[in-house]
Amino acid sequence: MLSSPGGHPQTTGHLISAADLSRDDAVLILDTAEEMARVADRPIKKLPTLRGRTVVNLFFEDSTRTRISFEAAEKRLSADVINFTAKGSSVSKGESLKDTAQTLEAMGVDAVVIRHSASGAPFRLATSGWIDAAVINAGDGTHQHPTQALLDAFTMRRRLLGRDAGLGRDLAGRRITLVGDVLHSRVARSNVDLLHTLGADVTLVAPPTLLPVGVETWPCEVSYDLDRVLSKSDAVMMLRVQRERMNAAFFPTEREYSRRYGLDGDRMAKMPGHALVMHPGPMVRGMEITADVADSERCTAVEQVANGVSIRMAVLYLLLGGNEPAVTHTRPTAAETGRAGTAYAEDSEEK
Amino acid sequence: MDTKNSGAARPVLEGPDIARVLTRIAHEIVERAKGADDVVLLGIPTRGVFLAQRLAAKLDEITGRSTPVGSLDITMYRDDLRMHPPRALARTDIPGDGIDGRLVVLVDDVLFSGRTIRAALDALGDIGRPRAVQLAVLVDRGHRELPIRADYVGKNLPTSLRETVKVQLAEEDGRDTVLLGDKPTVPAGEQ
Repeated sequence: MLSSPGGHPQTTGHLISAADLSRDDAVLILDTAEEMARVADRPIKKLPTLRGRTVVNLFFEDSTRTRISFEAAEKRLSADVINFTAKGSSVSKGESLKDTAQTLEAMGVDAVVIRHSASGAPFRLATSGWIDAAVINAGDGTHQHPTQALLDAFTMRRRLLGRDAGLGRDLAGRRITLVGDVLHSRVARSNVDLLHTLGADVTLVAPPTLLPVGVETWPCEVSYDLDRVLSKSDAVMMLRVQRERMNAAFFPTEREYSRRYGLDGDRMAKMPGHALVMHPGPMVRGMEITADVADSERCTAVEQVANGVSIRMAVLYLLLGGNEPAVTHTRPTAAETGRAGTAYAEDSEEK
Repeated sequence: MDTKNSGAARPVLEGPDIARVLTRIAHEIVERAKGADDVVLLGIPTRGVFLAQRLAAKLDEITGRSTPVGSLDITMYRDDLRMHPPRALARTDIPGDGIDGRLVVLVDDVLFSGRTIRAALDALGDIGRPRAVQLAVLVDRGHRELPIRADYVGKNLPTSLRETVKVQLAEEDGRDTVLLGDKPTVPAGEQ
């Protein structure tokens, strides 16, 4: 077990699933990200907060934007960053997750950011006892992608409530619509969980073949009619059709899909004036979204990328910045969650 | 947190004293900065920000110009980050014209170990390069652990380490006062 300079034992927290976050934890992360975002406006975009801490980006599955986003966040907080991709590593020689984890543990790693094609790999890593480091899920199979859900919620709160007006607040009563390939989408799962926690009303719109079994138990509505939902939405999130995960025909033709579930200029015109169009990227133009919508003022795809760095900085700070994590969903006791909220009330005598 | 001192705590500065002290500091700043035309006031959250805003209002009265005022959160620069759970961040708000070449006056409520000010100096270095940095505090209670001193002091308050100093300001606490109390017990890990 690691020790901090003060001799206090280091305890670790993880971020595995958006469903594990309480409403207060989620709002704390969004508020912290709002302050982190201001670092990007400075001449020196760096904070000394994680100096001397080592973070490994363990990517078993291809990803450009998520890995770069995490790497930028880690470097802005002055952490030492090690990038590990499965391609060309000992994993391609047949090494197991356990052996990889124990190798990293032996190197004294403080946090592992993991992306894996198998749902549950980050949970396994966090709960196996192979490793003491904090585990942050950067996307596992078709299960979860919690930092994506957080950055989406952050983008919505900024646009719908305002940068300063949104501080300390959730998304209560906002109507969010997720459209497209819900079946293969960890982004959709994470978003439904987090948006529900934040008080938003979520509607999924997809062809029946692209909805998972058991979707009726999720805390959201389901519709097959995009046009009917659009006029009642504060934000519409288009999901990418994940052809690489499809091994069967889920819809007759791409043209039919984009005609019924794609977002074009005419459909966007039916949305309320303040409503935003979101896309987690990478976009397939002409499939789920047309080029004119993707390039319009209301589409936040690029903003979401910038917000991703702020959110990941906030998560890293709250998990690694102190002697114990401020986000404590792995051991949720009342005493723990109350502590982070009182952090503003600092005693004068401590100065 | 507020209740632990309240039993034995006695006021050492009251509302009118605080107003008078801030007026004096404002005049001292104008005098030392020869007109204070390049002064930027940066308060350290939480109460330093309110003091900086009050000081700015007094400077405006004296000079007839508008004094830039902002806030500087030092949480991410603290040297004891790893001894506590991560703290919630406060706002860093640098006035539009920045701090390059300006005279920055840091404003805080209590000067104690000096570690907050060290962190603030580190934070300033990442934001710009001021012409000079000065420090204004409402109360200096001594017991410095670093070679740091204040340029403007509202009240020098000799204290023992068993005592606590608590500043309350109307903006945050509903009234203006500085309370001197006794620590009930010395918590482990705090020297």
